[in-house]
This record gives sequence, structure tokens and C-alpha cells, in this order.
Amino acid sequence: MNLLHSLADRDRVFDFLVPATSPVDVRHGPILYLEDVTVSFDGFKAIDELNLTIDDGELRCIIGPNGAGKTTMMDIITGKTRPDRGSVWFGSRHDLLAMNEPQIASLGIGRKFQKPTVFEALTVFENLELAMAADKRILPTLTARLTGEFRDRIDEVLATIGLSELRQRPAGILSHGQKQWLEIGMLLMQRPRLLLVDEPVAGMTEQEMERTAELLTGLAGKGKQSVVVVEHDMGFVRSIARTVTVLHQGSVLAEGSMDQVSGDPRVVEVYLGVDPDEEAA
Amino acid sequence: MHSSTAWLARPFRERATQLFLGILLAALATVTLLNLALPAGHPLHISTYTVTLLGKYLSYALLAVAVDLVWGYLGILSLGHGAFFALGGYAMGMYLMRQIGDRGTYGDPVLPDFMVFLDWDSLPWYWLGFDMAWFAFVMVLLAPGLLALVFGFLAFRSRVTGVYLSIITQALTFALMLAFFRNEMGFGGNNGLTDFKELLGFDLRSDATRLGLFLATGIALALGYVLCRAIVASKLGRVCVATRDAEARTRFLGYRVERFQLFVFVVSAMLAGVAGALYVPQVGIINPGEFSPIFSIEIVLWVALGGRATLYGAVIGAILVNYAKTVFTGVMPDAWLFALGGLFVLVTVLLPKGISGLLAYRLTPRRLQREPADPSSPHREAST
Repeated sequence: MNLLHSLADRDRVFDFLVPATSPVDVRHGPILYLEDVTVSFDGFKAIDELNLTIDDGELRCIIGPNGAGKTTMMDIITGKTRPDRGSVWFGSRHDLLAMNEPQIASLGIGRKFQKPTVFEALTVFENLELAMAADKRILPTLTARLTGEFRDRIDEVLATIGLSELRQRPAGILSHGQKQWLEIGMLLMQRPRLLLVDEPVAGMTEQEMERTAELLTGLAGKGKQSVVVVEHDMGFVRSIARTVTVLHQGSVLAEGSMDQVSGDPRVVEVYLGVDPDEEAA
Repeated sequence: MHSSTAWLARPFRERATQLFLGILLAALATVTLLNLALPAGHPLHISTYTVTLLGKYLSYALLAVAVDLVWGYLGILSLGHGAFFALGGYAMGMYLMRQIGDRGTYGDPVLPDFMVFLDWDSLPWYWLGFDMAWFAFVMVLLAPGLLALVFGFLAFRSRVTGVYLSIITQALTFALMLAFFRNEMGFGGNNGLTDFKELLGFDLRSDATRLGLFLATGIALALGYVLCRAIVASKLGRVCVATRDAEARTRFLGYRVERFQLFVFVVSAMLAGVAGALYVPQVGIINPGEFSPIFSIEIVLWVALGGRATLYGAVIGAILVNYAKTVFTGVMPDAWLFALGGLFVLVTVLLPKGISGLLAYRLTPRRLQREPADPSSPHREAST
């Protein structure tokens, strides 16, 4: 009788009815796992037997000379490019090669492109509101109201990206750096598990770079997001990276801390060429 | 307030909308009073002729609001909104023709005069039902709405935007004009529909009916304005602005952009249809000239002169330009197009945001022109 009562109880929410906000299974460690991935364009191997593992909550920097396959790798993870061989897993449950771009995005992989695109006529607040994970069909959008929960989420992201003061200003007046942060904030509104960030500090001032370093290191962590940063600026990479992966001709050349990597004679030869500190200048 | 209708109530809490509605209702009341209460010889008396003229301006204003909704907020420059206006007008015209009954020149109880003249022996199927007011009024919304739905579906699905969309909207209204000019179409050809007698049993030539039509047009403008404001102030309105400024980015956020465009385009076409339906009984005729591409371009000029993406700017633009047109064509008819063109050039050069841009600048306190906006203002009421 008690069992029947509990079944009829409308206050209770059964587990299987709860929307799976984060279905990614990371109990076995890595959140992203690429194995023996190969892709070639007209015979040119852009990615050649690439193996890469990103742990849950990790902040990873990927460096490499032009044509090393950094952007192609991002394209494969987000489903834009299909590899010829290999496997790509998100957690231990989701085979990304079996999914299309929107499905991968809704799983919680967010990608920030190099050139920031924000809605300049809308305010910072409204930019985040539009990016919010919500029902995006016509009528729900027409009748949508900002609940306290959504407002809190926007406030939280505003604080994270440091734009709380500018919330009611149109995004068009933001500086280049602030637009980059707003765009990262728009990704965060969709509660991603993995953020792919392409050259975040290109064109930034010194102070903006420092602020971006704080932002990205703050984002990564267990139970938060994992962050993969592709960047050319060695000074910036040195300031944020715990682990650096060096790509060369489509495969991993070296992996380790910045000091280990920059001390590796092969890395010095193919990429850094000269003293890395000089490159940063 | 129920959550699914709260978006419709939102405009009533906006200061600017309250101001607009207040001015509009005060103007309607003043005109009514000056028309009814003062004797015909009094210097402040407004004649019924003028009341009807003002009613015509108000129907143009509603049309301009519909164009501003798609152009100002969605970035779709429609150069064919005259077609939706005319379709609404024809639906109303067909009802008014059927109301004539056997009082036409040929005295046929069912067939309008032009059909008797063409030796037709029965009504074409698409004229059936137009003797019923409710049916005609539904068609006022449905005919332009369906055309916009089919046209917009094809255009937006193929991602036709920008100047290409403007060109095919011109082609659309031009094609309809040519079609409606043909006698075989069954819409009166060149002469269109005219010689109306009654609307809902009210004599169209009586002063009271004319005042009533003026007031109905004013109320339709107020309701249309509130509907557009509600759309614009909703999250959907912000998706529209996002689409206007960065369509690919909006799509990337997960919004099916082409569906939003289609929705707003159809709403706008229906509003244009209502404007046309209110226009026809006041001017007493509808003919294919309303489909002319020039007219559709003129509507866009009203909006540009008044100021894009404000809605009230469209109303100001439509009324001012058409008032100027009335005055000008009375004094020197040949110069009107030059005056319109000159006006457009002047406003583009001197007032890029139109008349409303000037108003907004004058009305904004100096402090706010430099300082950031009050952080609590625009979203304060959004959660209620």
C-alpha cells in the first residue's frame, strides 16, 4: 500500500524522468579520447595516427607550427570533419564519430572560434540570455520569461567573465578582449563539459591576456569544465598551462609541462627553433 | 497573469508605449470632438472629408508598422508589402461588392456589375462566401498570410536574404499587379472594385460611418502597434535582432532562424492585410494600382524617414509623408516625386536614424547620453 502511495505521489521525481543534463561518463578518467586518428585531404595527411587523452577538468594547451593539424583536430572533435580511421570518444560512453555537429554540441562540447561574433545591438545580458540552454522553438521563445533560476545563471556567468558592470551596455561598445570573454560566457551558458578555445588572446593587450589566463584557469576543474586551448602565444601558454601537447605533422611530438616540452630537443628543432622566450616577445 | 499571455501585456508597462497610446487615443478623441461638437462653419471644425483623409493616413501608418517589424527588427527589406496590403483590401472589396446586391447599374442580385458586363453567368468559386462578413474578415488575414507563408517558406528555406529577397518581393507584387489587371482574373481588372454601398449594414456615405471607420482604423493601429511591441520586447524579438545582425551566429546558437523569419513575416503580412481592409472602405475603391512596385517602395521610404526599428517612427513617417503628399499634389502635382526623393536624400544625409532618431536624442536627458544606462531598467519588469 505504501508503495502504491509513493508511486502516486506527484511530488516525487523519478530518476529516469530527470533530464540528463550531463550524460557524459567520466568515471574511467578521460573526458576526451582520440586514438589512431588519421585524416587526409587529397593525399596530404593532416592528421596522422594522432593519440590524445584529455582528463576530466583538465586545462590543456595545444601548440604546434602552422599546418600541424590543430584546427583539423578541433574539426574532428566537433564533427565538422570525418576522419578516415581511428576512434574519438567523449567520456567512455559517447562515440563522437557516430554523431553529427548539433548532437555533439548538445552533448556539451562548446567551441570558440578565433574571431569573436557577438550580437552588437543587444546588451551583454541579452547576449547571454539568447545563448542560454532553453527551448528554442518559436512559441516558447515568444512567451519566454526570465525566471530567477535563469537570472542567477546569467549573473553567475557575468561574474565569471568579469562583465557584471557592463551587463546593460550594448555588446557593440565592448573592447576586443571583452567580446572574447562575452563569447566564452555565451558558451558557458550552454553548460558545456568540454570547451575548445581557438587562439583566445590573438590581438589582446597585455592586461586582457592576464585576465583571460585567470578566466581559463578558473574554468577548468573537476566537476566544472575541461578546457582545450590552441594558442600561438608562448608567453600566454607558459602562464596557464599545466600540460602542453606539441603537434607536428598531424601527430603528437611531445607532451608534458612547459619546461619539459621546451627542453625537448625535437620540439626546439621543429617548432620553437629559437629560444621560446624570444618567440613570446 | 497566465504565463502564455504575459508577453502580450508587457508593452503596457513600457513608458514609450504608454506615451504612444496616450497620444494616439487623445488624437482620436480630439478629432471626434472637433468633428461632432463644432458647427460646420467654426474655424476649428474638422470636416468629414478630413476625418476620412486622416483615417487613410492611419491605415498607411499600420502598414508602415508592419514593414518596420520585418525591416527594422529582422533586417528583411520587403519591397512587396503593397501586395499584402492590396490582398487585404481586395478581400474587403469583395465583401463590399457582394453587399451592393441588386442596387448595381445592371441590377443583378448576385453578380457584381463588371461580371455582368463581361457576360459571366455565375460567380467564380473564389467569390463564394464573400457575402458573409465573418468570412471576408477571416480572408483579410488569411489571404495575405497564406501568400506570405508560401513565399516566405520558399525564400527563407533557400536562405535568400538581403538584396535578392528585396528583388523577388518586388517581382511578387509586380506579378500580382499584372495578374489583377486581367479581366479574366475576376477582380474587376483595370477598374478594380468600387461603387460600394454598405459595410455591416452601415451606409458608407454617411458621416457617422466615416467617423466610425476612422476610429476603427485608429484602434486597429493601436492594437497592431501593441502586438508588434510585444513581439519586439519578447525574447523572440531579441532573436530577430540577433538574426538581423549575425544570422549564422544565431543559427549556431540553436535557433531555427528560417522559422523565426517566416513567423514574423507572416504576422507582418497579416497586419498589412488589415491595413488594406480598413483603407478600402474609406477611399471607396481598390484597384491593381495598389500592387504597383512604386507603392511598395514608397512604404519603405515612410519607414526610413520616420526611423527604422522604432515602430513609432514608422507611424510618424507614414503620416507626415502622406500629409505632405496631400498638400503637395494639391499645389503642384508634378513636383511630388521630386519632393519625396529630395526629402529622402535630406533625411539620409542629415538624420540617418530618421525623425525618431532626432526625437530620441532630444528626449533623452543629457546625463543618459553619456552615462551608462540604468543597470536595473530594461530587465526589471521582465520576470514579473
